[in-house]
Amino acid sequence: MKKSHIIILVGIAVLIAGLLAYSADFSTYDSIASAKHKEGKFVHIIAKLDHNYPLEYDPLKDPNYLSFYAIDSLGGSTKVIYRNSKPTDIEKSERLVMKGKMQKDHFECSEILLKCPSKYKDDKKQLEKNMQEQTSAAAQH
Amino acid sequence: MEFIGEHLLPGQFGHFFVILSFVASLVAVISFFLASTHKNDLQKTQWLRLGKAAFITQALCIFIIFALVFYICSQHLYEYLYAYKHASKELEPKYLLACIWEGQEGSFLLWSIWNALIGLLLMRKNALSKAPVLTASSLAQFFMMLMILGIYIGDTRIGNSLFSLTRNEINGPIFNQPNYLVFIKDGMGLNVLLRNYWMVIHPPVLFLGFALCLVPFGYAYSGLLTKKYGDWVKPALPWALAATAVLGSGIMMGGKWAYESLSFGGYWAWDPVENASFVPWLIMVAGLHTMLIYKATGHSLRASYFFSILSFSFVLYSTFLTRTGILGDTSVHSFTEAGKAINIMIGLFVASFVIPALVLFIVRYKKIPAIVKEENTDSREFWMFIGSLVLFFTALFIIAKTSLPVYNKIFGTSMAAPQDVEFSYNKVALMVAIILGLLTALTQYLKYRNTTRSYFLKKLMWPTLMAVLATALLVVFYPLEFHKHGAGFLGAIYLGAFATIYSFFANVFYIWLVLKGKLVNAGASIAHAGFALMIVGMLISSSNKEVISSSLVNGINMPGMIDPMTKQQDNPMENLTLIRDVPTRMGPYEVTYRSDSAGHEKGRKFYRLHFNKKQKNSKQVSESFILEPDVYQMKDNNMSSNPDTKSYLTRDIFTYISYALSGKNTEDTSQFNIVTLKPGDSSFYSRGYIILNSVKKNPINERYHFAPNDMALMADITVVSKDSMHYPAMPLIQIDSLNQVQLTDDTVYAQNLFLRFAGVTDSAAIRIGIKESDEPIDFVTVKTYIFPGINLVWLGLVIMGIGVILSLLHRLQLNRTQTLMALIPIALALFYLFLLAN
Repeated sequence: MKKSHIIILVGIAVLIAGLLAYSADFSTYDSIASAKHKEGKFVHIIAKLDHNYPLEYDPLKDPNYLSFYAIDSLGGSTKVIYRNSKPTDIEKSERLVMKGKMQKDHFECSEILLKCPSKYKDDKKQLEKNMQEQTSAAAQH
Repeated sequence: MEFIGEHLLPGQFGHFFVILSFVASLVAVISFFLASTHKNDLQKTQWLRLGKAAFITQALCIFIIFALVFYICSQHLYEYLYAYKHASKELEPKYLLACIWEGQEGSFLLWSIWNALIGLLLMRKNALSKAPVLTASSLAQFFMMLMILGIYIGDTRIGNSLFSLTRNEINGPIFNQPNYLVFIKDGMGLNVLLRNYWMVIHPPVLFLGFALCLVPFGYAYSGLLTKKYGDWVKPALPWALAATAVLGSGIMMGGKWAYESLSFGGYWAWDPVENASFVPWLIMVAGLHTMLIYKATGHSLRASYFFSILSFSFVLYSTFLTRTGILGDTSVHSFTEAGKAINIMIGLFVASFVIPALVLFIVRYKKIPAIVKEENTDSREFWMFIGSLVLFFTALFIIAKTSLPVYNKIFGTSMAAPQDVEFSYNKVALMVAIILGLLTALTQYLKYRNTTRSYFLKKLMWPTLMAVLATALLVVFYPLEFHKHGAGFLGAIYLGAFATIYSFFANVFYIWLVLKGKLVNAGASIAHAGFALMIVGMLISSSNKEVISSSLVNGINMPGMIDPMTKQQDNPMENLTLIRDVPTRMGPYEVTYRSDSAGHEKGRKFYRLHFNKKQKNSKQVSESFILEPDVYQMKDNNMSSNPDTKSYLTRDIFTYISYALSGKNTEDTSQFNIVTLKPGDSSFYSRGYIILNSVKKNPINERYHFAPNDMALMADITVVSKDSMHYPAMPLIQIDSLNQVQLTDDTVYAQNLFLRFAGVTDSAAIRIGIKESDEPIDFVTVKTYIFPGINLVWLGLVIMGIGVILSLLHRLQLNRTQTLMALIPIALALFYLFLLAN
């Protein structure tokens, strides 16, 4: 390690650190209630679909408009608008990770990640349910 | 209870071989370690002999285990949980292997197979000098067997066995019956998202890459242990090259897979799982370069140690990230939580490699020889070293960002990724591309130790001119259109394009001017030229990618959100609904959804979309093609959408179904209203009228092909709607060979109108059934992109792979014929996989 090495090294380190700082625009995970206090700020919300309200999606009218209600584990509830096509199986999902911004009367969602029970074979409960459904005819005998 | 119909023997064998292999790998670890550390030469050889025997034993066991797993899956022995979870009877044979490595346990098995093969290759010659490498290899095998051991210590289970029985693993009333197997009709099968030939190829290549990364690690450890500090670099170098080539193509196969069969709309999304395998590759490439510096000049030995150790350490860290479920919500394709015991074991696996190696490195650091005299700034080694550092820092940046869920876990924070995840990576990656482009362009024109200025400038003249010219042409004739992040970022993209174009030309000219066209020596230049070409392709395809199904492109204004910062629509409306038979404008194309058809796999449905491009003035169709994206619906209602792509040399048109009606049709209650018509007559329906043009006997046209002696009558009808659109319709009546009347109705989807040839009358008139359905209209919602320059990405990648492999063959000192024999099949395979197979 000599002078010029060190200079270049420091230069690169500063560059990378600068870029890191410049890109350190992290967002946060929030509950629906705390997101409501941060109106207009980009947040992640973990919640699930509220089946008490109808899910609205009519691709013939507008394929880029989906609205539904979501509740989180703390009981917070909000209307969600997702201006994109309806993610497959959203009705069956157990959990939604939604990214977006809270507005006055709804959560304007830009991306949804689904956790669907059927996709995860390593979940033992799911396996048992699956087995039961498949063999229910036999169990009745 | 005695159970009927179970095949327990393969499982018992399997379990036995897993335990044997576990014990044998432990014996191999100890023996190889003693063989490498013992003072007495006789003892050394004895330990080595034992180590070799143990390693061969465990390798054989692993092959047998694999064969047994293959057997239980291919024979659908659902008494085994692994077969029940991953195999199914409707699964095509080509996916049989894929379903083995779908699960955690199977993928560990796959990894250990490669490890075993590499270990056997290593011990073929001079095994004694490689004893430390083999120690590391055996230790990896030990941990992998631990993962699939499946024995209980107290109440904790150590590892998940591939051979555990369904009835022991899951509860259900069914298992109270001795003949329970009769009722398990089928297994769960391979996840539909994974039913793709890439699932057959991509994991083995990726795991081979991981296994190869272990070898330079083992050699670095060997150097530190034996204190022959410099000896390991020469034998380790070919392995580092092989790891670079294999891991690199493995990663990009994942990208190609995502691009052509998953609806991500791209080949790279900076997903944590992608990053986790990319980071070890970056560090391996850094290490490769420092090893070359050491061989040529004696500099950078310490860095070679460091990078070789870190590369495999990050392979293990990525295993930890993707397999412990810690990534959870941040990744689309991470494994789920596998249980605490497995997580602890994976942690142990990581720790027992990383910690000893790094501790040994730190302890011996001062003793590793380093040249006191500093490299000149006009020497090749100096700038190569800088390049390695850039790669290393890039890797650190990526892994630091990817590890966000780990910090959250440790510090209890709730940080999440920023709004535009891809941009947060891309802006750094672009800077790196600029630096690496310039470095790979200029550095090779420098000589090792020092370079005269006139030589350097003279040789660089032509490539510089060509690069400036090519970039200027790009600016004028094919400008990049990425305005989303402002003019400054667009400028940086152009700079990146220039740097990489420069690198491409500099490397091509280097082969020509300096190496005088001797391709055998040109591995490095070919690899760099390919790398540059790939980055150019990435810049072009990402900048000029266009969503043509977007409402913005098609001029439909929807009340979207306007972002106050960028003054742009937050969520452009990117999906377009196509009603059956109604042509819809989509960018430069007019697209019509014509029909759907079932695939040969159950639950698979293809949607036929006709794309037409018309010339502006003459209205003539100048381009026409059909795309058939499909949706795969499984019995567990899991759905996956697979895109279809029309590939041209310079661009791809890529489309997938973002929403489709599910298969269940509601009962249609409306009835046919029968009218009697003569040719020329017309009849009204609620939204227009129909005209019977003629009645044809045994018609031959695009839809029907009858022979003269058939008995078929077709009504040629034109439907005229209120908005004066004309639609043809051809209902048909036929008497088949069994004298049964067959009716073929025709549908005008745009009008929701069904027409039936209901019968003939005594006169020339025929009876036509008209039905207006209250069923929902048939339609699909699609998303369509134009990707330009995507072939540059794949071509660049293939060239890079060929370059690295050429260097590898050159290092192995093969003769010309051998080199060609090895290179040509690999080159053809890469070319086929990335550029032809679609």
